[in-house]
Amino acid sequence: MATETRNTAAATGRLTGSLNVDLIKADFPILEEKVNGHRLVYLDSAASSQKPREVVHALSQYYRRMHSNIHRGLHTLAERATVAYEKSRRHVADFIGGVQPEEIIFTSGTTEAINLIAGTWGEMNIGEGDEIVVTEMEHHANFVPWFMLAQRKKAVIRKLPITVCGHLDLSDIDSIISSRTKLVAVTHMSNVLGTINPIQEIAQLAHKHGAVVVGDGAQAAPHMPLNVRDLGVDFYAFSAHKMLGPTGLGLLYGRRELLEAMPPYKFGGEMISKVSFDEVTFAELPHKFEAGTPNIADVVTFDAALTYLERIGMANARKHEIEITGYAIERLNSLDGLEIQGPQEVEQRGGAISFTDPNIHPHDISTFLDSRGIAIRAGHHCAQPLMRAMGKVATARASFYIYNDRSDVDALIDALVEMRKYFGV
Amino acid sequence: MSTSLDDMYREIIMDHFRSPRGKTPLEKTDASSEGMNPSCGDEIQVDFSADKDILTDVHVNCKGCAISVASGSMLAETVKGKSFDQVLRIAEIVKKMLKGEEVEIPDDPEFEDLSALQGVRQFPVRIKCALLAWVTLVEGVKKYKEGGADTAGAATTEDGV
Repeated sequence: MATETRNTAAATGRLTGSLNVDLIKADFPILEEKVNGHRLVYLDSAASSQKPREVVHALSQYYRRMHSNIHRGLHTLAERATVAYEKSRRHVADFIGGVQPEEIIFTSGTTEAINLIAGTWGEMNIGEGDEIVVTEMEHHANFVPWFMLAQRKKAVIRKLPITVCGHLDLSDIDSIISSRTKLVAVTHMSNVLGTINPIQEIAQLAHKHGAVVVGDGAQAAPHMPLNVRDLGVDFYAFSAHKMLGPTGLGLLYGRRELLEAMPPYKFGGEMISKVSFDEVTFAELPHKFEAGTPNIADVVTFDAALTYLERIGMANARKHEIEITGYAIERLNSLDGLEIQGPQEVEQRGGAISFTDPNIHPHDISTFLDSRGIAIRAGHHCAQPLMRAMGKVATARASFYIYNDRSDVDALIDALVEMRKYFGV
Repeated sequence: MSTSLDDMYREIIMDHFRSPRGKTPLEKTDASSEGMNPSCGDEIQVDFSADKDILTDVHVNCKGCAISVASGSMLAETVKGKSFDQVLRIAEIVKKMLKGEEVEIPDDPEFEDLSALQGVRQFPVRIKCALLAWVTLVEGVKKYKEGGADTAGAATTEDGV
């Protein structure tokens, strides 16, 4: 596929230390938008990231030059599309630490990926009285599928609680994860608190008891180097759209032997090997889990997003986020009465910062900031059990990515100061 | 541009937000209802006392955004001393006004403050915030009319009034 000749920030090679954010910003056309008369300050990447020019270009190139249905077509375009689709799968497999391409299943998102595990592995392996351990800081996507499964199977949900500082409270973990535990669902990075969880340690303990570990990587995968084998997880799910890729595409990693033993999730074309009125046999991995025409265009496009991230370097991305998150925490703390939820230590957290103002509701904060061109998120962030544990009904959340710099943090702080004057409380 | 922002957070609304009316707990509560807005977590409790068909006093306790607090405060100011039929009629007018439906806003002075809520219409996700107090009160009134004194109701803005 033709790439743009423009010398992009990512193309300038691996930068050491902090990123050249000016160059990176220039790669993202949407950041040139004016919002309510102001420069767009996009601080909502934890919800969905923006896309660099290369990714937008790759999507249009796909439809211009190679669109066709994949796998069984015998013509040139079908071959092009199939090659690009499977190339993207190999790229994902490499990106998460060099797993086998057959261990990568394309889904519609993290949510569908987790539902797939619950609906197949869960249906097969969870029975009455079995325990499923879920942390208190899970996004609803890694809570509700397990809750519903437990209801269907008369299984028991056990909670791994959080501390007041927003870490997982592991003091009782030896009694929570036991021989009754069949599955542990844990987020790699909290979408509300930013906390990075010791998933490796939890996985070791879970495996000692023969339990399977499901990691929710929706927040972690976009922001740090990733090796799912080192993490020791059995399943790991994440979403393309939070890491420069298109919407509507999720990635599920599953250990080969688990995937092979699992029944298909959906039935139809593409996922079969032989069909007659007497018998149906299913296709091999990974196609067994990809019934119907998949999201070809977005899968192919995601390849370009991963290439962009790799040129930047995930270790550099992480280093940059530690720097900017530290700066943001320091400046937010300077506002009297403003309360940050989650760890203050930047090494133990990612770039999603939830905060509350003692007098101004998160929705009013968000509305006011929007009038100044600043996009943040406000609400319960699809994590109501966590909100309850924190004693909050809602928070405001600013989240950072590779295209944010100190000037964005400064814009946020200036607007928050102005907001307090505006509301006069 | 902050023109639309000022449209929503009009001076009257900010005044109600900064010093909400109806904060004093009642000596005698005849009905109480709780409401919540599931999408943003706003919570409200509306208590009232009654004398036959008249709502004699009201207490509003709202934990929410400026719009929901201001709307609750306006409610407290408006409905006190009205008959329940009048209360329901006012709630209906407010609801239609917020949803942008055709409605004649009476030329009463008490609608002066209430009509300031119209600016919220430019912010569709916030309409529920402005509705919350009214949905909750209507629920309380309905329950009261059905069950007499000491009734409790519950509403959410998903109920759509």
